Amino acid sequence: MHNPIARTMLAGVGAIVALMLAGLLMPKWLLFLSTMAISHGMVSMGIVLLMRSGVVSFGQGFVFAAGGYAAALLARHAGVNDAVTLTLGGGLAAALLALPFAPLLSRYRGIFFAMLTLAISMVLYGILVKSETMGGSDGFNVSRPTLLGAEISAESANFALYAVAVVLVGVLATASRIYGDSVRGLVSLAIRENELRVEYLGVSVSQAIAVNFVFAAFLGGIGGALTVLAQGHIEPNFSYWTTSGEFVFVAILAGHHSMLAVFLASFVVEVVRSFSNLYFPNTWQLAMGLFLLIVIRFLPRGLGSLWMDRLAARRARKEVRA
Amino acid sequence: MLALTILIDGVVYASWLFIVALGLTLVFGVLKILNIAHGSFYAVGAYAAASFVAWFATLGLAPAWSPVAMLLAAVAVAAVLAPLTERGLLRVFYGRDEVLLVLVTYALFLILEDVTKLVWGPTPYYVSEPYMLFGNVEFGTLSYVGYDFMLIVVAVLCGLAVWWGLNRTRVGKIVLAVIHSDEIASSMGVNVSRIYTFAFMFGIFLAALAGALTAPMVSVQPGLSVGVVIVSFAVVIIGGLGSIEGAAIGALIVGLARALAVHTWPEAELFSIYVAMAIVLVFRPEGLFQRIQARKI
Repeated sequence: MHNPIARTMLAGVGAIVALMLAGLLMPKWLLFLSTMAISHGMVSMGIVLLMRSGVVSFGQGFVFAAGGYAAALLARHAGVNDAVTLTLGGGLAAALLALPFAPLLSRYRGIFFAMLTLAISMVLYGILVKSETMGGSDGFNVSRPTLLGAEISAESANFALYAVAVVLVGVLATASRIYGDSVRGLVSLAIRENELRVEYLGVSVSQAIAVNFVFAAFLGGIGGALTVLAQGHIEPNFSYWTTSGEFVFVAILAGHHSMLAVFLASFVVEVVRSFSNLYFPNTWQLAMGLFLLIVIRFLPRGLGSLWMDRLAARRARKEVRA
Repeated sequence: MLALTILIDGVVYASWLFIVALGLTLVFGVLKILNIAHGSFYAVGAYAAASFVAWFATLGLAPAWSPVAMLLAAVAVAAVLAPLTERGLLRVFYGRDEVLLVLVTYALFLILEDVTKLVWGPTPYYVSEPYMLFGNVEFGTLSYVGYDFMLIVVAVLCGLAVWWGLNRTRVGKIVLAVIHSDEIASSMGVNVSRIYTFAFMFGIFLAALAGALTAPMVSVQPGLSVGVVIVSFAVVIIGGLGSIEGAAIGALIVGLARALAVHTWPEAELFSIYVAMAIVLVFRPEGLFQRIQARKI
């Protein structure tokens, strides 16, 4: 097994199978929680891809909402019911909506990039709140989807959506890993280090960032669509800046070294959130804020660095011996 | 007539906005931190004003004293919270990536959000006494509350004071030197870390002052901070981060754009602010008053 792409794909298939088997054993609430963690993690995975090229989007709520509303509207008005079609439709819609902004945003870095993406998401929020046809600030409900032509019973709905989420995330996380290890993906890392040098080597930095942005939008749209299907409801808050803030939170917690870490971080945050909502609803943000500060202070490169550094060290030792 | 209404509404809104954005842009200029928690200090200022005005009333002071109470509230917030935040929290993270510092202040925003709820509770406060203090102003058939015009005066005073302080005093010149390059200022014998604390305190004072001035016009309740952050960001990005003239022009642009939208097309209120921002950025990608920066190779 010396082909790295084949090895990554094998790992992806292994992860899907393992998660599916785990899903069979999970109680209902944990299934729902995991589905949420996966779909939100998808959005954060997009931010991680952008972080690899040195920019952080503080407005991924924009694509999250775009994907969510696209799926919800497709289900409501176009008569599309299939969960997979709706999810992919959400992802495509978000990518299409993000496309015109990509060349504009790729001119900016750092704080400006973060604040402009935030502005875009808040404009969408403003539009959604005022739009009567889409339920205004209350949003609207979405009925349960079907899966590959078959009806889903209320009993099996949680597992069915979990399965869809697992398969999609397995495929997309594998694709992201392969993309990250490709020439383009490694150029992104180089941009993070020093973009002027990359420009001198003859690579278009803004093009690389624009491509990453659209890919991140696709992932975010899928995450939004999955969330809508699992919750059965959509509202403008999807695009609010504090929603985007949580996605960035997860991305920072995960770091940009490992795709697995993103979903681990997302799961941790989802669990902490639902437990603190239950036991201390008034200090939930306080806990999150302190948590974020501790991570930035003591684990600046994220959860992923815990094992990725060790892997890299082992690989280096092996090469020295060989 | 409509044009006059839009102009007055716009300028009143812009003055309030200018006070908030001035603090934000000053903190960015000196500390190079884009402070998301700026809105939280604004909210704390509003709450503190509500408490101070109520406290003055229990002391038996006439309502005419309430502006003093509001000013004291802003000073108290700046004197207590700002050094605590700058010395206790931000100092740990200096020298890290700018975006990471934004996240640190985001964490601070989350923390302060809950802390204000814990201290003042979820029920709204009303401080309407000062609002009536300045009577009404008549413009032909239009009638305005005098308090709104007082706001314009305060904003102009703040702007002039900061301009004078920076350009005509010794401390101000030192602050300008730190804004330009903290390393060189430090090697010239400036105590940069004290300037940081001082500038942060002053920025927070402006945020708290704007909050205190708003308290009589709204019901002071949770959620006050969130909207302010977003709008004042738009202002400083239009004007160029760290620029005082920029904050003034940016506030005017945003204020007028918003007033125009409110009176002609109310659905587009939030939208109008960002359209104004987008138009400016298309022509001046770094904002109106941003200096060109050298890039490191």
